[in-house]
Amino acid sequence: MNIAISKTAEITVIKLAGDVDASTALGVQEQVLPLAVPGSQIILDLTQVPYMSSAGLRMLLSLYRQVSAKEGKVVLVGVAEEIKDTMEVTGFLSFFTTCDTLDAGIAALK
Amino acid sequence: MERIDIHPTHKHGDFKLRVGRPMPFGASLIPGGVNFSVFSSYATSCTLVLFKRHAKEPIAEIPFPDEFRIGNVFTMTVFDIDYENIEYGYRMDGPFNPQAGHYFDKTKILLDPYAKIIGGRDIWGVTPDWNDIYQHRSRISFDDFDWENDRPLEIAPEDQVIYEMHVRSFTRHPSSGVKHPGTFAAIREKISYFKELGVNAIELMPIYEFDEFEHSRPSPITGELLVKYWGYSTVGFFAPKAGYAATGKLGMQVDEVKALVKELHKNGLEVILDVVFNHTAEGDQRGPTISFRGLDNKTYYMLTPEGYYFNFSGCGNTLNCNNPIVRNIVLDCLRYWASEYHIDGFRFDLAAILGRDAWGYPLSNPPLLETLAFDPILAKCKLIAEAWDAGGLYQVGSFPAYGRWAEWNGKYRDSIRKFLKGDGTVGDAAQCLQGSPNLYESQGRGPATSINFITAHDGFTLADMVSYNDKHNEANGENNNDGCNDNDSWNCGAEGWTDDSGINALRSRQMRNAIAMLMVSQGVPMLLMGDELGRGQNGNNNTYCHDNELNWLDWDLLKTNANLFRFVKNSIAFRNAHPVLRNKYHFQNRDYVGSGYADITWHGTQAWNADWSPSCRTIAFLLCGKHAKAGTVEDNYIYVAINMHWEANWFEIPGLPEQLRWHISVNTGCTSPDDIWEPGTEPKLENQHGILLGDRSIVILVGK
Repeated sequence: MNIAISKTAEITVIKLAGDVDASTALGVQEQVLPLAVPGSQIILDLTQVPYMSSAGLRMLLSLYRQVSAKEGKVVLVGVAEEIKDTMEVTGFLSFFTTCDTLDAGIAALK
Repeated sequence: MERIDIHPTHKHGDFKLRVGRPMPFGASLIPGGVNFSVFSSYATSCTLVLFKRHAKEPIAEIPFPDEFRIGNVFTMTVFDIDYENIEYGYRMDGPFNPQAGHYFDKTKILLDPYAKIIGGRDIWGVTPDWNDIYQHRSRISFDDFDWENDRPLEIAPEDQVIYEMHVRSFTRHPSSGVKHPGTFAAIREKISYFKELGVNAIELMPIYEFDEFEHSRPSPITGELLVKYWGYSTVGFFAPKAGYAATGKLGMQVDEVKALVKELHKNGLEVILDVVFNHTAEGDQRGPTISFRGLDNKTYYMLTPEGYYFNFSGCGNTLNCNNPIVRNIVLDCLRYWASEYHIDGFRFDLAAILGRDAWGYPLSNPPLLETLAFDPILAKCKLIAEAWDAGGLYQVGSFPAYGRWAEWNGKYRDSIRKFLKGDGTVGDAAQCLQGSPNLYESQGRGPATSINFITAHDGFTLADMVSYNDKHNEANGENNNDGCNDNDSWNCGAEGWTDDSGINALRSRQMRNAIAMLMVSQGVPMLLMGDELGRGQNGNNNTYCHDNELNWLDWDLLKTNANLFRFVKNSIAFRNAHPVLRNKYHFQNRDYVGSGYADITWHGTQAWNADWSPSCRTIAFLLCGKHAKAGTVEDNYIYVAINMHWEANWFEIPGLPEQLRWHISVNTGCTSPDDIWEPGTEPKLENQHGILLGDRSIVILVGK
């Protein structure tokens, strides 16, 4: 699991690479949650994530809850079709704005 | 402050342990680890067996140290385990002495009876590895679903219209056009269909984990594999059927079911589960040892003095429901589904068994039924009994109800079927139309006690009920000996398919007559999946073993039987539009609001003069709209005339208050679209004093 974080004035882009499952979700969460400051605008780029387990999806929802509680926003970018389908079927997707590209994600935050 | 119980006190190999907590039973995620808790009244020792998901061999076997047993409960916290990818089970040691009721065998790995996820049959129909030492595998669930503002809908029982359906059958057919055929997810794609139809509750045939391969065998006719398709054979009471979930292969069935329930609720639809507590998938002494038998056989099952299994279920064993331990697991289970899954109600399969004692005798005050009736978590759940069992106990009208239990009204089905085919029995039919006060009123039980149905998964579909005199179950491979023989069906002149247009017209009318009677009856109507589309099963009245088109709903019927669908849809809309059809209390047969009309009055071919003679096949009744819901809401007047005679009959129509006129809503004697009008569009009746009812026809008028 590789996590790359880049920040502009308003937006934080978190790029994950690798599977997110029970063995990696906690590590991701530890790095990502501190970024959920009041009013934060976060893009989670999942283009390089081929698989998310149940624990991975829970990490996403936990991030969403933390950011929303602080009046911030989260957008998911580049979610693989299969992950998106799982999220749809299990109800996770309805919480998120999803975009195909980073640019679209940035536009969605505006 | 850190709690001190997050520190391990024991070790087993690389696993760090600590004594667990006995409650709750099962495996629970706790900070730092997993709490395991399992009980057995007679086991002498217990070992926790851990597998990596899908692995053939365990990664660890951890005996419970003596100091980890409290009473009869073995409990242990295991720290730092990969809870998402672990499968666990137990080995129980103890006496093997079937005569004394004990089946302990520590060579077997046992499923946790409290398992919230069960692996092993992750994808429907994939042939299991029969050499696997652990077939049905306990797994750990998060149970942290984000429900937002959802909770059970608590629709008043008398306002319900129930749709009984099978998860896989509903969308497995290629014509369903869904993304994941045969799954929970697919039901979500069809929510608009329920809404168009007008039902507000779906009753799912068993969704607790079962094994479709139990007793599987090739069909002697087609060679196709016959399976445990309906699912009336529980493997684990706390786990949803993985094979019904699009995400079963990912182990996410728990979230998938919850997402479905949440979405159904959002759309005003309740969810009722058909639950099977009368027996388990372990069968009799020849059956597999999956869980209960190896954990605590003598506790879980009703046994004869010689140690054999009582068989009140017709399925090999009988769950010992009024044993205090079993009572608790049933209660824990229902509480779990009600609180964790937001389930709105439960229909109990062969519920008479739940009122038997350990030796099978019916109890006058069965503790389990009483406990469920008064439980605070289940307090708003619908509790519906299939009030009979395979041991001959028939309790329709006498099920121990505690003011809470409703019943599948088998007498309604039988009486309406007889009346429909022209047997007379007008008095019985009249009781049915009123919510069976003859069965329930004297006990203070309201009309909604009666779940009214003419067809259900057991028995003929509606289309078959008007197409067959006899069952044709050869495809089940049991020489047509299975399935019930008392069908009260009538083929209308030819057995099975025919191109005789007269017979087909009569069948079409009879189906609409049945639906019309169902939808104007007081009580709770239940519709069988596909009856609104004229789904048939080739005369098979017990399709429990077929994973094929005998069971799958063909959505193309929406086109071919559009007229029937329109009739059913509008009949439900008519019921939903008229509160006078959905009373909470029984009729009083008097005018208690000063309208000049009694709440219900009976008529015949002559107004105000019903013919109650046994051979009479005509009846009519008038509902006074000012008495709707005990006079608390205003509704139209409704007149229903039923002619189940083979000849046309002129019915004199009772008069209305001065400014009101009769409008025609239904006439099954007409062909579509003149057989039914959408509520609000009914044309005024030309002759306000009488109407000719064709042979075997029903007319419904609205006075407004």
